[in-house]
Amino acid sequence: MTNPATAARPPTPPPTSVVDERLANVSLTTRLLRRPEIGAVLAATVIGLFFVFTTDLFGTVDGAANWTDVASTLGIPAVAVALLMIGGEFDLSAGVMTGTAGLFMGILATELDMNMWVAILLTLVFAATIGFINGYMVVKTKLPSFIVTLATFFVLQGVNLGVTKAITDTVRVAGLSEVPGYESANNVFGGTFWSPHDFRISVLWWIAITALATWVLARTRVGNWIFGVGGDAVAARNVGVPVPRVKIGLFMTTALCSALVGIMIALRLASMQAGQGIGDEFNYIIAAVVGGCLLTGGFGSAIGASVGALIIGMAFIGIQFSGWNTDWRFLFLGVILLLAVLVNNFVRRSAEGARK
Amino acid sequence: MTAPEAGNGNGKAPLLEIDNLSKYFGNVIALKDVSAVVNEGEVTCVLGDNGAGKSTFIKVLSGVHKQDDGELRMDGEKLSFGSPREAKERGIATVFQDLATVPLMSIWRNFFLGSEPTVGVGPLRRIDIGEAKNTMRTELKKMGIDVRDPDQPVGTLSGGERQAVAIARAMHFGAKVLILDEPTSALGVKQSGIVLRYIVHARERGVGVIFISHNPHHAYPVGDHFVILNRGKLQGSWKRGEISRDELVQLMAGGAELDQLTHELRQELEQKPG
Repeated sequence: MTNPATAARPPTPPPTSVVDERLANVSLTTRLLRRPEIGAVLAATVIGLFFVFTTDLFGTVDGAANWTDVASTLGIPAVAVALLMIGGEFDLSAGVMTGTAGLFMGILATELDMNMWVAILLTLVFAATIGFINGYMVVKTKLPSFIVTLATFFVLQGVNLGVTKAITDTVRVAGLSEVPGYESANNVFGGTFWSPHDFRISVLWWIAITALATWVLARTRVGNWIFGVGGDAVAARNVGVPVPRVKIGLFMTTALCSALVGIMIALRLASMQAGQGIGDEFNYIIAAVVGGCLLTGGFGSAIGASVGALIIGMAFIGIQFSGWNTDWRFLFLGVILLLAVLVNNFVRRSAEGARK
Repeated sequence: MTAPEAGNGNGKAPLLEIDNLSKYFGNVIALKDVSAVVNEGEVTCVLGDNGAGKSTFIKVLSGVHKQDDGELRMDGEKLSFGSPREAKERGIATVFQDLATVPLMSIWRNFFLGSEPTVGVGPLRRIDIGEAKNTMRTELKKMGIDVRDPDQPVGTLSGGERQAVAIARAMHFGAKVLILDEPTSALGVKQSGIVLRYIVHARERGVGVIFISHNPHHAYPVGDHFVILNRGKLQGSWKRGEISRDELVQLMAGGAELDQLTHELRQELEQKPG
């Protein structure tokens, strides 16, 4: 076949009829193992079944309303963080961003007497701006995003406390329920559905965002570019992918998803603590990694991150329902993260290094 | 030593003319007054030891860097590239050494990265995956590679196959000039032979090939023109038949030690971000 004489023959027509038959040659196991989220799905099943059989409440619809609530508020930013990690970057400011967004919206609404919807819109614009600044700094300085967003993390943490104290003389912004537009905004972002079980509306947002992110990643050009810039930014640039635009867009998406969760929490509680969200950035990253994202970028899935968030949500609530001290959840997170990294490492080696 | 001749003997203007190209990085002269021609259906070999300026040369041609002096002309028209995308749109495709593909991505995703075929409009615009897989398989078949599974990560292919994916990709996207950066340097003897066949094949399809190499044994059998760079300058330029393999080897060996030093210094410079 590689003989120059045969190589010069006219192009063969596309082997349409052969395609399906040949695809079937790839074993089901190989195709399953190639899915980044396979480990997370197995782990979620095991953990879910464990708590279903060891506690009374966990397996009920009311129990599910509990753990899906935790999973959804972690899962929305975790999906964005997963896209960002596939694109080869980190965002440590994603957790504190939820607090910043909630406080920003609360102050606009309560102190500046804005309609809630206007405040929400401005909050999203504000969050997108911070995401843009994160991305722009990373792209321009070529510093690791770990350091750049660590700086953003501390800046936002300081601003959250400082500004909130200066304006309200307390460490919280309260009284959101008296603001015009609160009812309708709360119905969309903070409310519940399916009474009497009262699932949080954030669960629907979480599912929708996961579906959208999965579609973008698997089916669109932007999705292909995200894999490309994370897998090898130089190669991607050389074939014409707009690397800076993709990365900045990913940082903005992450900030927006965090802000969305901040808005949801502020609305459902009708108030916001200045310390909200600190530490959650690690939960997002853990969810993404458990879901199959590589720390080095270029590999992972949005569904995986959602399943990762589900695992964390199930563990948090399951530990509560079991009557154990909830401090044990940290130990659980540490162990599951370590296991996930080991599995991912094995997956990458078999994908990347089989034959060099 | 002759000046690079315009035209390929049959009165046609050369496909790509490179005229007194210079590139400086700060006070380092990476490339100084380098000229070459590339004709349709011919292979121009650019030879030089490490640090001779080969990489800078390709980076200017492919739009990664902008030249500080000199001219590029395609079909007689003056060119200036702001980005690799612009060079690609003009039909100059570059296959970078080791950087041509993303190892963790599947073959078809790599093949179309940056130029994905789409269906649908507006927010529903999406990659035409079936079309992409079929096209990729057809194009690779033309290169003599039978792809079993388009979803296979490129990292699991052999070095030669990865080069083939990159070359097939460039040809599919209408490359008139194909720049190959050291395509054989990381490969064994057998794999190198396969890649050399791809080069011959590209030439037969009427593409002008620029084959960058430090190995005269690989360049000699496929080259129509030979250009030797030494420490950023043009050391000489010959047509096929004007120079023997031994002379080529001899010229390449000269000043090797100094080149090594320049290379080390330049590598330090290139490692700085920006």
